[in-house]
Amino acid sequence: MMRIVLCVVYLIAAPFVGCLLDGCDRKITARMQGRQGPSVYQPWWDLQKLLAKERLMVNPSQFYLMASYTVFVVISGALFFCGSDLLLVFFALTTSEMFMVLAASTTSSPYSSMGANRELIQMTSSEPMVLLTAVGLYLATGTFSVAETAAMGGLPIICKLPGFFIGFVFILTIKMRKSPFDVSTSHHAHQEMVKGVTTEMSGATLACETIANWYEHVMLMGIIGLFCLNGTVWSMLLAIVVALAVYFLEVLIDNTSARVKWQTMFKLAWGVTIVCAGVNLFVLQMLR
Amino acid sequence: MIANLVPVLILFPFLVAAATALIKEDQLRGCVIYTGSAVTIVAALTLVAQWALGGAQTVELYVETGTVDHIILACELLLMCLVIFLSCAHGKFPIAMLSAVQTLGVVWFEVLSGVELEEKAHMVIDRFTIIMVLIVACVGCLIATYAVGYMRGYHQHHTEFADRRSFFLPLLFVFIGAMFGLVLSANMAWMYFFWEITSVISFLLIGYTQTEEAVTNSFRALWMNLLGGLGYAAGIIWFGWTYGTIDLYDLVASGSAGEAVAIGCVALLAFAALTKSAQLPFSQWLLGAMVAPTPSSALLHSATMVKAGVYLLLRLAPAMHGNLAGYMVAFIGGLTFFSASLMAISTSDGKRVLAFSTISNLGLITACAGVGSAETVWAGLFLIVFHAVSKSMLFQCIGAIENTTHSRDVESMHGLIQRQPKLATIMIIGICGMFLAPFGMLISKWAALKSFVEAGRIFGTLLVLMVCFGSATTLLYWSKWLSKLVAINHTKPQKDITEQGEYLSLFLHAAAMVLICLCFPVLSGKLMQPILETMYGAVDPTISTGNLIIMVVLLACVLVLPALLATLSKKVQRREVLNYMAGINTGDNNHFIDTMGNDKELQLSAWYLENWFGENKVMKPSLIAAVAIIVLMLGVILGGALV
Repeated sequence: MMRIVLCVVYLIAAPFVGCLLDGCDRKITARMQGRQGPSVYQPWWDLQKLLAKERLMVNPSQFYLMASYTVFVVISGALFFCGSDLLLVFFALTTSEMFMVLAASTTSSPYSSMGANRELIQMTSSEPMVLLTAVGLYLATGTFSVAETAAMGGLPIICKLPGFFIGFVFILTIKMRKSPFDVSTSHHAHQEMVKGVTTEMSGATLACETIANWYEHVMLMGIIGLFCLNGTVWSMLLAIVVALAVYFLEVLIDNTSARVKWQTMFKLAWGVTIVCAGVNLFVLQMLR
Repeated sequence: MIANLVPVLILFPFLVAAATALIKEDQLRGCVIYTGSAVTIVAALTLVAQWALGGAQTVELYVETGTVDHIILACELLLMCLVIFLSCAHGKFPIAMLSAVQTLGVVWFEVLSGVELEEKAHMVIDRFTIIMVLIVACVGCLIATYAVGYMRGYHQHHTEFADRRSFFLPLLFVFIGAMFGLVLSANMAWMYFFWEITSVISFLLIGYTQTEEAVTNSFRALWMNLLGGLGYAAGIIWFGWTYGTIDLYDLVASGSAGEAVAIGCVALLAFAALTKSAQLPFSQWLLGAMVAPTPSSALLHSATMVKAGVYLLLRLAPAMHGNLAGYMVAFIGGLTFFSASLMAISTSDGKRVLAFSTISNLGLITACAGVGSAETVWAGLFLIVFHAVSKSMLFQCIGAIENTTHSRDVESMHGLIQRQPKLATIMIIGICGMFLAPFGMLISKWAALKSFVEAGRIFGTLLVLMVCFGSATTLLYWSKWLSKLVAINHTKPQKDITEQGEYLSLFLHAAAMVLICLCFPVLSGKLMQPILETMYGAVDPTISTGNLIIMVVLLACVLVLPALLATLSKKVQRREVLNYMAGINTGDNNHFIDTMGNDKELQLSAWYLENWFGENKVMKPSLIAAVAIIVLMLGVILGGALV
């Protein structure tokens, strides 16, 4: 019952929370750059505006592929918050990203296709760590179930999985497409790739992308939080604090680093995965 | 009743083969093949129905087989003579030696050595056999019907090769017959005989075009498979000599009990299976086999023959659980899974990508068998089923695409969804089936990952890492291809020369694929679970029914949602605009103005990253690692058993 409530809460509240996080992101970013920055509600108004725009498309498939992307992100988030199998959640998430790549490449546009290729590299870079995170949680708790993991007593599992946590935070930058790993898309359209995967998207299509991002960010923060839960109330507080801290860290990294080449990203991501998660995995297996 | 049906099932394809070889007239031959295929499928289904009505028990057949044994020995000698003759004709004397040693060894053991072998059932039908029979019958016969139209188109397109269809088409049926024999046999000598037939047919089909490349590749396939055959023969002789029986199930039982000699024999048989399933270091024969016309690639080199290897491995799985033989097999499988998927990234020849992917997936099944626990066998069984259907579909599809567009390069498939909507759709279903949630392949990968975690400390850790990284690279090469297919650049549809017979096979495959995915929970409960129970005793489901149902719902979403949204979005008011090309479009999305002010056609290419994952970078280290694993571990196992 609790699970269903949580799932429904996620479905309804996630876009608002995601929107607020996005607004804070822009505010903090502005302050870091010595600007006043927009209101924290700005992303919401931006979304309204996107939805009101004329529907321009390179071809109709673009829109429904993006809509499918959004739906699948929502499904994977819902699966996560209703406490289902973590691997299943990650598989659904990967499937959703596939739809985005397809939406980008269906346009046959040079910038968009390049963005799609780069997005694929991003996925390849982060995928091992994502799957290993599930494996790590399993080794720490003996289950892949999110609900059982969250209710598990004892020390928060982050104590057993520091390597996995670092690795996951590392690839979170890739998943959130933030600098230095905003390889497949950028915040500003004046760069070498224009807007990468989203170059050809506007209006409702781009709104889909925005909403999906909000859902996805909330879910990713949920996974960060999962590392801290042990069934007690204080652990929930801890989870929220840690998730917010990680989000802030992402914003900080975003603002203090320049985009790297995909080669660097790929090497770093796989390297960090092997070193942090690999070693942690090995140690856990040895201690069993 | 079943006892009479089995010989029909095995021998009838030989009959069809003979008829196809004799009839030279194109139309009539086509009819014979269509009828033959239909009858074979019906025969297989009758067998399955008979068996199911009889209570779906394990059926043991043919305990007394004096004359048949002799006929088989005679055929084996004939086969050996054929191989020796062909090898000597091409100056490949070591291959002739290889064939002679193993065949004469087996013949000596059975006839002259004086070892009294226990009389046991020569054939056994259980659920696993039934699954394999269904795959061979349905996939095999559909490919045979596809081959009729395909080969016609092939010779229109490739006028440079001699038309040897009356050689090619019969061999497909001989192969189907042999494959039935292989999966039904419980007696290792019988199995070995059918095993050798499939090796030789594969060799003959690869050499079909008789070009220098084809001949070289066919002999490479032959020596690698014969090397495996040698391992097989040695395993039989050693086991029979020690235990006085050559029953496969006895071998598995003794191996599970941890007896050193039995494990040594298991390792030898596993070695044979590794060569047959094109695992590293023997992967190159399968890559070379792609020179053969597509039906043989679909039938032998992805859907069925290479499955014989993993079939044997899964049969042996309980005897490999937690011992060195299992570690060897699992490491080779994990390594192959990862490195073949890396090499697939840098390949743009569609058929070669499929070959790499086949090797890679067989690697995963091999790793599952090597771990040898109930969960991994569950995953392995499902991987076999899904891989057989979707790969056979993909191969046939790429064959049809090649005949129609004269290219099988992934790059040339840019925008195929507009030019060949039907073929592209089938291709998309096949590709999704290979890697995307919630299709079956992924469920199996999921189960494999879950059970590898439990497989042991260092061993489990390494396997988990291989699967995680291998999944990432698998994702890359498939989605790259997928995004090529769906690109839309407003080109006109082309004329499709794919024939009805070919489409029949393709559509049935696509339907089967979706159906199997939707019936997943039922298949798991009714078919796979009982297999595991007979192999391991009572076992818990690897993936809970709840999760399976979520997957099925997800599948429905993947199938329905884009279509639904597409229909809905048709009503939405919209304006179509040009691509963004920094303002230098020339009026459509396919051209731009170059620096000289001329119209230039836009070419988009996927990334192949040869400098990172090229075959020349990855193949050599993988081969060295694989050879090291096999030599060291096989050495230790055999040494330990002999001392």
